[in-house]
Amino acid sequence: MTSQSVTTAAAASSGPSRQTIFVGILLVLALAAPFAVYPVFLMKGLCFALFAAAFNLMLGYVGLLSFGHAMFFGWSAYITAHAAKEWGLTPEIAILLGTFCAAGLGAVVGWLAIRRQGIYFAMITLALAQLMYFVALQAPFTHGEDGIQGVPRGHLFGLIDLSDTMNMYYFVLAVFVLAILFLYRVVHSPFGQVLKAIRDNEPRAISLGYQVHRYKLIAFIISAGLSGMAGSVKSLVFQLASLADVHWHASGEVVLMTLLGGVGTIFGPTAGAYLVVTIQNYFASAGSWVTIIQGFIFVVCVLAFRAGIVGVFAPWLKKRGIEA
Amino acid sequence: MMTLFGIPTAALFGQLLLGLINGAFYAMLSLGLALIFGLLNIINFSHGAQYMMGAFVAWLGLTYLGANYWVALALAPVIVAAFGIVLERTMLSRLYKLDHLYGLLLTFGLALIIEGFFRQLYGISGMPYAVPKELAGGWNLGFMYLPIYRAWVVFASLVLCVGTWLLIEKTKLGAYLRAATENPALVQAFGINVPVMITLTYGFGVALAAFAGVLAAPIYSVNPLMGSNLIIVVFAVVVIGGMGSIMGSIVTGFMLGILEGLTKVVYPEAAGTVIFMVMVIVLLIKPAGLFGKGA
Repeated sequence: MTSQSVTTAAAASSGPSRQTIFVGILLVLALAAPFAVYPVFLMKGLCFALFAAAFNLMLGYVGLLSFGHAMFFGWSAYITAHAAKEWGLTPEIAILLGTFCAAGLGAVVGWLAIRRQGIYFAMITLALAQLMYFVALQAPFTHGEDGIQGVPRGHLFGLIDLSDTMNMYYFVLAVFVLAILFLYRVVHSPFGQVLKAIRDNEPRAISLGYQVHRYKLIAFIISAGLSGMAGSVKSLVFQLASLADVHWHASGEVVLMTLLGGVGTIFGPTAGAYLVVTIQNYFASAGSWVTIIQGFIFVVCVLAFRAGIVGVFAPWLKKRGIEA
Repeated sequence: MMTLFGIPTAALFGQLLLGLINGAFYAMLSLGLALIFGLLNIINFSHGAQYMMGAFVAWLGLTYLGANYWVALALAPVIVAAFGIVLERTMLSRLYKLDHLYGLLLTFGLALIIEGFFRQLYGISGMPYAVPKELAGGWNLGFMYLPIYRAWVVFASLVLCVGTWLLIEKTKLGAYLRAATENPALVQAFGINVPVMITLTYGFGVALAAFAGVLAAPIYSVNPLMGSNLIIVVFAVVVIGGMGSIMGSIVTGFMLGILEGLTKVVYPEAAGTVIFMVMVIVLLIKPAGLFGKGA
């Protein structure tokens, strides 16, 4: 621990730290990417990456597996789509509205679900998500099977036209980077340390006087809110909010992305999200093969690859002063 | 037309019967889940897929081999249980020392594979399965028409549930099982082969699901997705009942099915969600579940 902090300190004194360089390279790649890759694909990946990163806050840092995160993702998509289309709100306000509604829903769901732990927590969140799925199916404003179609992307702050794909991409990227920075800050704050303490030894954390329920609930609300932000942005990117985003399949996919990329890492969920989205695009026309392949990846990850892609490289990078 | 509380009795009892049948499936599936959870500490997410496999084995047997309903009812649980045992031996058994969540994730992945496989082969439209001729027709009870097959489903599931309860609570084998649930290490020290018991328990739980699937085949069409929607409701049933007691799972299953049926009569819009609402109320009042102990 001491030797490591000395090396980081030394690295910091001799110019930018390796962490800064590593993140800088990733950022340059992300800025240049739309010139090489189809931007809508990149945006889809960013939305799911943010969704997975928000989910990872619960699984990776509190140790609670939520199997119902699609309700935050899908419902905020509906709210943003409705606000932008029917009320004519500007995109940033519509996204904030979706985010806050998801956080509010997260407060209620979290308040109920943290009464139980482990697999019960997973089953309760799944059941509540199914409840919200039925509500979405029956509520008139969601337009049932059709979803809310033709959502206008609008003008950011009333100035920047988001119907231009490049403008939209850099907007989505900015939202993503800000959200990841926020999550990084949360995880490395004293609050985040308490979360990890709860994950590793809950009775100990209780005996030290922490109100663990309160910490879990706040983490759940943050996670739900950011999942909602991802859903809101996605509804503007695809100009569509549909039942697919509230279905339990979406809840399962976000678990898969996080597991595949690396639970409890900063960049793992992003890697996992891009891989899963690539598979979806590649096999989109091949019927149920996407489901079969996803199930297969689940099995392989659980049996033989529990660290995930980024998790495998994380120790190697850490020795070199980089937190992945 | 006769009415009761302003509702035509035929509609009321018809929905009650449907509720009872749904309740029978909830009871059989949550019973299997509770058994498996007790000994393996795993929530078997592929339970719904195994229920669907039971129905498919019956349909495949009838279509390609001419095996009738009774043969299917006897053999499908055995075939699906054998499949389950292979899964337990090759995969699940590697996870017992890890966090319980990995068991949930593994069985979720298996459910996706099984469901995707059947969807790829047979589509999602669903195949009809005829009611066996011995159980065709119905009785007119005066206040309602009772199809014989539906009465049979309620009867068969009750027999199965009570039989399982007797097996676990009243026999020596059941005593071993309960002891192994409490303290596997100690039971193993007494010379009982706990790993084999775990494998057989998983097989039995899966067999219950497959048996329910065969019973369901003539009522609902045989469909690759028939299990996944049901299993989420069964999870809610399990949360409501708590997995501590066998009788608790059975009673909760039937009760919630009937409640769902009644909701269909009184306020149909809420029929799909009423069980989840009950779950919310139970979580507020008694978080450990109606029959549960501890968290």
